Amino acid sequence: MIKFLLNQQLQVEASIDPNMTVLNYLRTHAAKTGTKEGCASGDCGACTVVVGELITDEHGDQISYISINSCLTFISALHGKQLISVEDLKQGNQLHPTQQAMVDCHGSQCGFCTPGFVMSMFALGKNIASPNKQQIEEALSGNLCRCTGYRPIVDAAKQMYDVKEQDQFDRQQQQTIERLRQLQIDDMPQLSNGNKQVFNPRSTDELAELLSANPTARLVAGGTDLALEVTQFHRELNTLIYVGDIAALKQVEVFYDRIELGAAASLTSCYQALTDDYPDFGALLHRFASLQIRNQGTLGGNIANASPIGDSPPALIALNAQVVLRQGSHSRTIQLEDYFIDYKKTAQQPAEFIEKVIVPRANGNHSFRSYKISKRIDDDISAVLGCFNLTLKDGVIEEARIAFGGMAAIPKRASHCEAVLTGAPWNMDTITQAREALAQDFSPISDFRASKEYRMLTASNMLIRYFIEIENPDADSRVMDITETDRSVVGHYTPAQDSTGGSTHV
Amino acid sequence: MSDNHGSSPHLKALTQEEMLVLAKQDLKTGVGRSVKHESAAKQVSGEAIYVDDRLEFPNQLHVYARLSDCAHARITKIDVGPCYDFPGVAIAITAADVPGQLDIGAVLPGDPLLADGKVEFYGQPILAVAASDHETARKAAMAAIIEYEALDAVLSVEEALKQELYVSEPHSHQRGDSQTALANARHTISGSVHIGGQEHFYLETQVSSVIPTEDGGMIVYTSTQNPTEVQKLVAEVLGVAFNKIQIDMRRMGGGFGGKETQAAGPACMAAVVARLTGRPTKMRLPRMEDMLMTGKRHPFFNQYQVGFDDNGRITGCEMKLAGNCGYSPDLSNSIIDRAMFHADNGYYLGDASITGYRCKTNTASNTAYRGFGGPQGMIMPEIIMDEIARHLGKDPLEVRKHNLYNGMHGINGFGQPLTPEDAGRDTTHYYQPVEDNLLPEMIAELEASSDYHKRRAEIRAYNSSSPILKKGLSLTPVKFGISFTATFLNQAGALIHIYTDGSIHLNHGGTEMGQGLNTKVAQIVAEEFQVDIDNIQISATDTDKVPNTSPTAASSGTDLNGKAAQNAAIIIKQRLVDFAVRHFNVSPEDVSFANNYVLIRDQIMAFADFIQLAYFNQISLSSTGFYRTPKIYYDRDNARGRPFYYFAYGVSCSEVVIDTLTGEYKILRADILHDVGASLNPAIDIGQVEGAFAQGVGWLTSEELVWNDKGRLMTSGPASYKIPAIADMPVDFRVKLVENRKNTEDTVFHSKAVGEPPFMLGISVFCAIKDAIASLAGYQISPQLDAPATPERVLWAVEALKTKSDTKTGAIL
Repeated sequence: MIKFLLNQQLQVEASIDPNMTVLNYLRTHAAKTGTKEGCASGDCGACTVVVGELITDEHGDQISYISINSCLTFISALHGKQLISVEDLKQGNQLHPTQQAMVDCHGSQCGFCTPGFVMSMFALGKNIASPNKQQIEEALSGNLCRCTGYRPIVDAAKQMYDVKEQDQFDRQQQQTIERLRQLQIDDMPQLSNGNKQVFNPRSTDELAELLSANPTARLVAGGTDLALEVTQFHRELNTLIYVGDIAALKQVEVFYDRIELGAAASLTSCYQALTDDYPDFGALLHRFASLQIRNQGTLGGNIANASPIGDSPPALIALNAQVVLRQGSHSRTIQLEDYFIDYKKTAQQPAEFIEKVIVPRANGNHSFRSYKISKRIDDDISAVLGCFNLTLKDGVIEEARIAFGGMAAIPKRASHCEAVLTGAPWNMDTITQAREALAQDFSPISDFRASKEYRMLTASNMLIRYFIEIENPDADSRVMDITETDRSVVGHYTPAQDSTGGSTHV
Repeated sequence: MSDNHGSSPHLKALTQEEMLVLAKQDLKTGVGRSVKHESAAKQVSGEAIYVDDRLEFPNQLHVYARLSDCAHARITKIDVGPCYDFPGVAIAITAADVPGQLDIGAVLPGDPLLADGKVEFYGQPILAVAASDHETARKAAMAAIIEYEALDAVLSVEEALKQELYVSEPHSHQRGDSQTALANARHTISGSVHIGGQEHFYLETQVSSVIPTEDGGMIVYTSTQNPTEVQKLVAEVLGVAFNKIQIDMRRMGGGFGGKETQAAGPACMAAVVARLTGRPTKMRLPRMEDMLMTGKRHPFFNQYQVGFDDNGRITGCEMKLAGNCGYSPDLSNSIIDRAMFHADNGYYLGDASITGYRCKTNTASNTAYRGFGGPQGMIMPEIIMDEIARHLGKDPLEVRKHNLYNGMHGINGFGQPLTPEDAGRDTTHYYQPVEDNLLPEMIAELEASSDYHKRRAEIRAYNSSSPILKKGLSLTPVKFGISFTATFLNQAGALIHIYTDGSIHLNHGGTEMGQGLNTKVAQIVAEEFQVDIDNIQISATDTDKVPNTSPTAASSGTDLNGKAAQNAAIIIKQRLVDFAVRHFNVSPEDVSFANNYVLIRDQIMAFADFIQLAYFNQISLSSTGFYRTPKIYYDRDNARGRPFYYFAYGVSCSEVVIDTLTGEYKILRADILHDVGASLNPAIDIGQVEGAFAQGVGWLTSEELVWNDKGRLMTSGPASYKIPAIADMPVDFRVKLVENRKNTEDTVFHSKAVGEPPFMLGISVFCAIKDAIASLAGYQISPQLDAPATPERVLWAVEALKTKSDTKTGAIL
């Protein structure tokens, strides 16, 4: 069985369909229809709910509140957590400050996206004490509104901070922590319904055993892609193993020479760890899906999914990352670029799983940049993603690692391009030759995101941008960096050399 | 509207003097006040009920429609036998099972509820299965066997134009002799442009829930902008009289035109199932099915030729506007007409010939969408103004001013007194006088407040030194005609009851889709009775309460229903005044209503007490109200008339930055000045202006509909179809309503319609992107850019200009 708190009410479920999403659970099972279905694919945010998770660190126990898309979350992911939906915010006749601000700022027109916005804003309020405009936008970037044009919603997100009093979640926090703690001590949680079942192992060893016993089981981490198989492609997933309860797999550790990212660590926490060394990961993070997806989605999932347009793999390949695969008690480490074999085909063997990803730390000579191209800045899938990691010394390119997404059936290095660059002088002629060499590396396809010609041209144009950014760091080079209209130059070029030693982030 | 109904008990304890003090204060929730949306508190708490949130009946069925996967084909076989292998399936229906009329075409026939022997677009419903749950219905529907014999499909508007495939005949507006004018023009330019369509992407997909009643009737809970038409069509597919069908429509989770005709399909399918099974039935479209099945904004292919003088003033103009109507007429006739009516925007086109083609293609039947063809017409003169400016080397704003219609108060586009050359420049190409033109004044105001000229200079300087990014600026006006061009639709009804506690029940024929219509109409009634809006309850739009309603469309919701409600209020008020005159033996001038009180000469009483007194004296406290728009007519045979009661105006100035290596862009600043007459509710009006702008920007930038060569819509969900998100909003966004300018016509409290006009303010962003591209060739060449201006299209336009241009502009490339 699985146990969770529906707001403050204990729910114990043993036989609910393991393929049921939290959205459907709320709307049909719990008869709480405040949470809306706008797309059932994690792209609109109307179904946003907040999950409270017990976190234990040096400050003791606390609850971490994150916004997620309930349409992409299977019910098993709730075990041991608190589920908060829009109905839970109002107390008696008193709207929650977040809700009141939305009313006062005229942030709700048709109202259908509103519950999702309210929940994203509520999570923002729980996580950031005094957000700037960019943080507000980031918190709301996964919520679509078709009526307002967003301005009044942003106003509401600011205004809700005028209320300084604790809300009921703050007041009940100790009690909630205690109740959540009680939920952590059961046997391995599981659900079964007919021929469908899900297990929630709590250790890597348990996972390895389970997977060996059920080699066809599907691993659920964030589930942000897997759930689409149920909600959009109408498949039944018979055996699921939810890895989100395995603390070891969620660990992010920074060592003097490397960063180790647990396969089930959320994209948010992985990118945060990488951003210090590689600032462009921060820029990429803003454009990687939405906050809800990043809160839920994992690095391991983004890799194992083996999509040709996943955003993490090209960046990690350019950084020479490795992936640790485990089967039973056996582990092996391979280069991430060798993990991808062909379209949706990987080096991962049956019953094998990704345990962690290892990324080398930045050193002084690397200049890492990642460039994402999509129709929309926020929450869009890349047409092309190019990542460049060049080592320059004395006007010569010592080493070049370049990888692209969206240009081939797999995330792939641009080896011909790299060959042209390696050992060549750092100048525009070299860049021009390198651009031409890309034609030998890739022959992309046309689809509704972009034509093959556009993919090819923009991929090669990235080399020009890279050159200009390194040579002329004061020039504006990216539209999304222009966040103020009265400044003509906006610098984002924090040198990537600083390393921060062996402290552990997260 | 709140828990605080009727007279507050404490009021009764007040003395006459105390009451007088209160009565002298302004009503806080009447017209002109930024009253909160009536549903806001319910929406933020999840308590607002949408159709899909209604409690289900124990034996309720769920319907799933199986859609065509051919764009054009004869159906050679349908076998629904396999559908019944799934436990829980109640019925599978095809066209043959529809008891009444099969066609649900809105104006003209052509839309079978379920395909009848042939399919005409990829996504057309062929059969529907009802089962105890949605997933079973879907599985069962997918198990049906359908066989096709493929027919040639026409998928592009150009191909339809070539083959002269139309859903109805072309129509022209003609003024003067455009051919001669073009032949004699000092300069001429010609070109063509593709304007993309647009998915409504209402957050709530189409949904209807139907309950069979006695007498063979149905109660239909549906998310529709057009309850009366759903009533009519449900009655027709069932073969019963309209009076058997009741439509209940509390609120929509967005409409934007997409629920004007397109809500009828699911309602009718559910009704047919409910009739055949006797069970309550619901049909809610999953997002992908909604996007595949329902019509969108019409894509257009527009061709133009224009002649002009050295100032850039147009002397002659020919335009061919070809709308992609999809497979059936739906509302396309009026939509292409409206494109033609707006092919002038705010400009006098000289001798002009505007022809609209209603092209038939094998795609979903395109339908109403905010602006209703107007935007696709209006963008043409804006593109042309920029072309002329590039041709002559002038600032586009100057060219625009040379071409504006004469303004009110005898000024020309430059705000100067009219000269003989300006004479006669105040009539549209369909012969409607432009009597209330605010554009010259509004442009001058925005030009100053947005620092247009200073920023123009700064942008030029920036562009000359920035290697990758280039900025662009554009100021464009909007003149949008208000009224249904199908004149008979310009009518509305309302119903008001006052109960003996003084609380007011209000109903009208309009529908609430988020635009704040119910709030505004309640404010109007509150103003008339001088009671707080908390005293007024608006219930679901209901065909049993107000019959024969027009769709809530054409921005007319408040103009029509507000007036109807006002008229109902005036009727009751008149009865109350007459009663007071008799009862208190005073003259009518002695009776007045003020801030929740009624003053009768030197006596004052709470509104509720007065109502109770009227009741005891046998006064009728209920009335209908009716309104029809005066003055308007259109003679289509001669293409002349006054189709619009008045025009609404707007001006926007947008600054963008584009990336010349990728074509990506961002809106840096947008300044808007918009005319809503005397605003009924400034907060709601600004919400409409901002939201419409965002939607207009989406239409012209990131929202791209892509079909494959089989005619399947590939962008059939929000993962692939990108409406604006929060980061797409201007970094700096400044929106203002025109102040102190009442509508010169006798509209409700001299307000103006606001739903559609500001949509077209988004055109300034499109033009600003083109301006940024034009900087690459020293502003000498006009970029060729189709809409939507996706990053890819922008990049190709950049590339084309780089190759065409000899001018070195500082770009490294």
